[in-house]
Formats: sequence, structure tokens, C-alpha cells
Amino acid sequence: MIHAEDVFRVFQEHRGDAIVIPTGTSGRRWGEFSNNENRDLNLGGAMGQTTSAALGLALGLPDEKVVLFDSEGALLMNMGILATIAGKKPQNFCHILLDNECYATTGGQPVPNAQEINYAGVAKESGYSSAYSFDDLEEFATNVEEIMQATGPVFVAIKVVPQIENEPIGMRVRPPTRSRAETIRDLQGELGIAAD
Amino acid sequence: MVTQQAAVLSPEAMVEEFQKNGVTHVVTIPDSETNYLYELMKDQPWLDVVPASREGETFAIALGLLVAGKTPVVLIQNTGMMESGDSIRGMVLDAGFPLVMVVGYRGWNRHGVITDSAARYTEPFLNAFRINYYLVEQNDDSPRISTAFEEARATKRPVAILVGDEYHGFNR
Repeated sequence: MIHAEDVFRVFQEHRGDAIVIPTGTSGRRWGEFSNNENRDLNLGGAMGQTTSAALGLALGLPDEKVVLFDSEGALLMNMGILATIAGKKPQNFCHILLDNECYATTGGQPVPNAQEINYAGVAKESGYSSAYSFDDLEEFATNVEEIMQATGPVFVAIKVVPQIENEPIGMRVRPPTRSRAETIRDLQGELGIAAD
Repeated sequence: MVTQQAAVLSPEAMVEEFQKNGVTHVVTIPDSETNYLYELMKDQPWLDVVPASREGETFAIALGLLVAGKTPVVLIQNTGMMESGDSIRGMVLDAGFPLVMVVGYRGWNRHGVITDSAARYTEPFLNAFRINYYLVEQNDDSPRISTAFEEARATKRPVAILVGDEYHGFNR
């Protein structure tokens, strides 16, 4: 397993101008590594639907690279989205799954069939252009440039160390984050999109 | 014997309303009430049809398109709308974007007893989410679609079009 922070540190060097959408418990650390806040997007959440929102963004901005850091708990809630994404074939979409094998935010209970499911296999057979699996940081580092250059939709499954939270929700310390509305406003400003 | 031609909502009227209101994408799962639209939509060069696997996806895909500056419409059935409750909450209502959702009103009829629970709960569902809606049954009703777009833009909220199907589809 890899620490999510190490994934982010390596990825950042190859990010370029990509729009990055972090989700899940692991995704909360992305802000510490990003060097282009105006292209970081918080799309909110609704039982796994951030994946779908990222697809919509990729379809709406075909000339921009869109990278989603997804989580396996969210993807399991809405696995049909893999077929939806593959069906529309967004060439600019890179779907990176940070798989910690559990619901870290609720105390670390395992997700269904946590250790046996092959997410990259499911994505590839759903019709993604290419799919990768990593549980070693060096392997990921060796391949990340190729991944970022590949024609999408690309799927990357990475086993990460869970950051399990057991404190009562009201006592948890969260890193400061910008709201969804703020990130949308900043991204639209960066891209010259008139706010609706 | 006098034969009366039933009034219908033609697919052309619906697509014309979409074009008039600048729609760029239709995010959809085909349903019994609006299946007649699908082929016509696919033929429009100005319109991108996005087929989804589950209705909850459609509202989130629409949000992404709205952030990108596009004008999507969600086209689903009432059963799928009810499945999408949390997506409507988190991806539409909380996000504060205008969105027209065209919803096939399965089980609805004007003159008989409604026996399909899909129809029975449709309007209570919309009322619970405080989503305003307009019923469209035939071509004469199609200006209500533009009304829905205007209202969605003015309020930055979702507005529903319920496609009543008494004359041409599921209930016939």
C-alpha cells in the first residue's frame, strides 16, 4: 500500500494544467500538494455521484485534462458510472481510484469484497481505453507520465493506506478547504466561463 | 361516426423547445413516456445525448456540464427521479444552478383512477423537495417548457416538466 500523500506528491510533478477533483478521505490531503488552486475543484458529494459530476465536467470541457481522485467506497455505490463513462469516451478524462479497502470516515469497516475485487479489471472490461493497478509507489512514479499522456478515459487503481477516523464527527480536525461555490467560481474565472 | 384525433406532444415540439432555450446536452435514461424523443435527439447536430446507467448519475453529470458553462437537460422517468433523491439534493439544490428536468409521468392519467404508485408519489416527491413543476401533455402545452427554463434561470433552482402520457404511450 502507498500513502495517499506520496501519490499526490508524485502526481503533482506531472499535473501540468489539469483540472483536479479530489474526493474521499484520502482526497482531503490534496490541497497540501496542489500548486494550482484555481484548477482544483470541489464538486461536492451525493452517495458516489462525484464521479458522475466529473464526467459531466470532462464532457463540457473537452480541451481540458480532467483528473478525478475517486474512492472505492464511492465507486461501489455507483459502479454503473464506469459504463456511462466508457460509453461517452471522454479522451480528456483520467480516473484515479484511491483504494483504502474501507470506509475510513466511519471507523474503517471494510467495503464489500475489499481485497479481492479488481477495479481496474472492471473499468477495462467496461470499455475504458486503458487501466492500471499499483500498490508500489515506484511503479506508479514510473508510469504516471504515460498515464497523463494517454488517450482517455484512463483508469488507475492505487492501493492506499487508510486514514481511519474514529473521533466523533464534531471533534474531527479538518484542514481548511474552499467551499464548492468558491472552487467553481475560481475555475470558471480561470477558464473564462460566464457564471450562470 | 366521428373520429377525433387525440392531441399529442410531438417529439419535434420538445426538441424545438430545447433548441430555443440553448440546450447543449440531454442527460438521459430512456423511458416509456419519452422514448419517441430519443432518435430525434440523436439526429440533432447541436445536441449531445449523454446516456446514463442510473438516474442518480444524470443530475451529477448535469452539474459538471453546468460548471463547464453548458446547458444540460435531464430526461428521465418519475421512478428514476425518486431513485435520485440524494443526487437532486447534493448535486442540484445545494449547488445552486438552474436545471430543467423533463420527467416521464408514468402511471398518470387525467380521466381515470391512478393505480400506479409511481404516479401517486411523483408530485408529493417534488413538493417535498420544493421543486416547482409544469404538466405538458400536448403541443399546445409546449410553451410551458420555455416557462420552466426561464424560471430555472431566474431562481437558480431545478424546475420539472412532467410529461403526461395519456394519449400516446405507457397508458394507452
